[in-house]
Amino acid sequence: MTTTNGAAVKFEKVQKSYDGHKLVVKDLNLDIAPGEFLTMLGPSGSGKTTCLMMLAGFEPATHGEIFLNNEPINNVPPHKRGIGMVFQNYALFPHMTVAENLAFPLKIRKIPNADRKAKVKKALDMVELGDFANRRPIQLSGGQQQRVAVARALVFDPDLVLMDEPLGALDKQLREQMQYEIKHIHENLGVTVVYVTHDQSEALTMSDRVAVFEDGIIQQLSGPDKLYENPQNSFVAQFIGENNKLSGTLVSIDGASCRVRLDDGTELLAEAVNIAGIGDKTTISLRPERIEFEPVESTENMVNGTISEVIYHGDHLRVVMDVAGNDEFVVKVRNRGDQRNLEIGEVYSLGWAARDCKALDFVA
Amino acid sequence: MASDQLTTHDGKSLHKSLAKALRREKRRSLVLIAPLLLFVVVTFLSPIGDMLFRSVENSVVPETLPGTTRALQSWDATGTELPHEQVFALLADDMMLAQELKLHTRLGSRLNYDRPGMSSIFRKSGRRIKKMESDAHLDAFTGFNPSWATPAGWAALRDSELWPQAFPATAIAFNNWTRYVKSDEGENTDLSTLTPYGFTYSALYYDLQQLSDEQWSDLAGSDDSTLATLFSGLSSTSASFPKGDYKEQILAIDDGWGELETWQTLYRLSPRYVDSYYWASIDRESTINGIVHKSENERIYVKLFVRTFGMSLLITFLCILLGYPIAYLLATLPTRTSNLLLIFVLLPFWTSLLVRTSAWKVLLQQQGVVNNMLVKIGIIGDDSRLALINNMTGTIITMTHILLPFMILPLFSVMKTISPSYVRAAKSMGATDWTAFRKIYFPNTIPGIGAGSILVFILSIGYYITPELVGGTKGVFISNRIAYHISSSLNWGLAAALAAILLGAVLILYWAYDRVVGIDNVKLG
Repeated sequence: MTTTNGAAVKFEKVQKSYDGHKLVVKDLNLDIAPGEFLTMLGPSGSGKTTCLMMLAGFEPATHGEIFLNNEPINNVPPHKRGIGMVFQNYALFPHMTVAENLAFPLKIRKIPNADRKAKVKKALDMVELGDFANRRPIQLSGGQQQRVAVARALVFDPDLVLMDEPLGALDKQLREQMQYEIKHIHENLGVTVVYVTHDQSEALTMSDRVAVFEDGIIQQLSGPDKLYENPQNSFVAQFIGENNKLSGTLVSIDGASCRVRLDDGTELLAEAVNIAGIGDKTTISLRPERIEFEPVESTENMVNGTISEVIYHGDHLRVVMDVAGNDEFVVKVRNRGDQRNLEIGEVYSLGWAARDCKALDFVA
Repeated sequence: MASDQLTTHDGKSLHKSLAKALRREKRRSLVLIAPLLLFVVVTFLSPIGDMLFRSVENSVVPETLPGTTRALQSWDATGTELPHEQVFALLADDMMLAQELKLHTRLGSRLNYDRPGMSSIFRKSGRRIKKMESDAHLDAFTGFNPSWATPAGWAALRDSELWPQAFPATAIAFNNWTRYVKSDEGENTDLSTLTPYGFTYSALYYDLQQLSDEQWSDLAGSDDSTLATLFSGLSSTSASFPKGDYKEQILAIDDGWGELETWQTLYRLSPRYVDSYYWASIDRESTINGIVHKSENERIYVKLFVRTFGMSLLITFLCILLGYPIAYLLATLPTRTSNLLLIFVLLPFWTSLLVRTSAWKVLLQQQGVVNNMLVKIGIIGDDSRLALINNMTGTIITMTHILLPFMILPLFSVMKTISPSYVRAAKSMGATDWTAFRKIYFPNTIPGIGAGSILVFILSIGYYITPELVGGTKGVFISNRIAYHISSSLNWGLAAALAAILLGAVLILYWAYDRVVGIDNVKLG
């Protein structure tokens, strides 16, 4: 992010309501650095697409101000914002060839014919579709259309590119491949990218930072690793990756750690992240891969669980257990090759470190 | 597999088995559509085909005047001479039968379409033909040999090897006479006891003049003794038979028969199929000297065709102009609102066309709502009320209103499929609202405009009721003229020719449209 052509974006106290009764976006404050790849992640209806549309200029903000390179843009119409955009269903113009689609923004900018051709060719080569210039969008596969859409959003050298679930219509394999391609294009060009998705793996693999949206509020804004390792609240913990929930009551707080008594009486040592006070309810979040199955050495937290289901995954076994009243407690057991047969109904011991389980806000 | 050809398990060729299976399916689907196909053919295609066929069909002339039309073929139609006496004799024979069968008036009105006055000539001639003196040749033949006045004599002639090719006029005349007798005295009359009337002998007289020496000797030396006696010596004697005075008698009945144009018209309309209706449809007529324009005050159809196409184009254009924004509104509003508004678009369909048209009469007449309003708000004076109805304006306003839904609906359904993200994408790339509309939205609606235009244009060039009611004289279409010829003037041939031209024009336009826009690009929904 040192050498960058990207633009800086700033949302300041932005609110949005469509019907005057309900806020879709509640008090959004967000700084996006030049050249950053920022992903807005959240379930549908969480307000992430609305934020993108306000930034693109297709929806007016009900309150607050949006800045692009420190200039307020609330009253700038979309066609003067100079923002590239990739739409969910690509929005390639069906009556134009691929080359004409790419040339469209250049023609509007009155770029001379020769330059235009060179730029279109360069953009098509960038997405490895040089041979497809004269095809119609309908003659391309989904992945190819997607690449054309990316090329078209970039061909006029915008500082900022918005992507609205651009990979949603692709199959899994293609989606993963495109994630890397988009990531590389971003790295090469240095533009600022604001990316909207509901797919957490997409968000984690591509982004510099991820803003997790829920209920019109950014629940957490941090790098992908932080998001996974240190979720700030139960929603984020639940939404990002796989997660086991255990609910209990705070018994004592000791600086960064605390003791929690589960509903069945077991006491656990956990990291205090987002808790109220002693005696209050809390939800403990614990990643399945951090749990040691039948630990050899003693760990800070030790519980017993009863196996209710075993699913074979090749590199690991997914064992569903009944632990401390949670009958959907998942443990990932590494496939070491000397696995005994895990019988349903048998009881095994489980262990994990205190730093791996976070005491978060209580959810029922 | 060793063999090149794939086979099914029972060893039959795979290709044949597949074809058999497909054939079975095809046959089954054909059976399913057969009732509708039959219905369409019987009630739609064949009446239309029959009607269009009338535009060239002309059999009434050659069938009513079989002898005359045949004999006229050897007449020099471009010359200045009336036809030969022989043609008049055959005309008298044909007319004798025609008036008996009451066909001469029908023939007269057919010929009257091409030459006014023909109808009265034929009516008059039909009345007078019975009083004609026609026995000169009969007497001459009987005087030569009384066997000519016997049924046996005629039977011998008709059994001859040279009958009918050597006696073409006689054969037609004899046939005319049998039809006459059957009509006059009943279908079951025994013809073997009767001999023909004088006209038939006259036809025979003229046929004899065409016989070659060889034919004469064949007939006189025939194995059939009756035939031989009938013809032996006739060759030299018949030369002194009276020449006949049919021409004189017929010219006395009506002066019209003395005019060259009368005979030229008959000559032109002798064939079974003629193109005269088509020439009439484009204000021309075919004469002996080729195709010529009709006189200035008789030209009407070209003007009407031009008006029909011009006004239909204008109406189509107005429908696009008015329908496009409405369709856009309907396509972009939320579904609940747009469904409600769509009912208003469809509402006219549930009202009778007649009611809608009459409503416009109330609105647009001189003392009508629109004029009253304009006077009240002072745009026009009370003494200068606008003529909005019974002229072209009335037709245009009313038909634009009536045909508007046919434009809105295809446009709406096409616009529905255009994703709003196209325009957004264009704007994000820097296009203004107007550019985004012009370059992106509008090109994608062209299939809808095409479909709507085809519908509106084709419907409007065939429109009849509305122009009839609100068009006055200046605002009527070609279809009104077609209707007039169907129901009032009863000139169905001309009506059929006008309709065929209209149909042909539509097909050509459709073909041109297909070449330019491509019919695949038309979306009706």
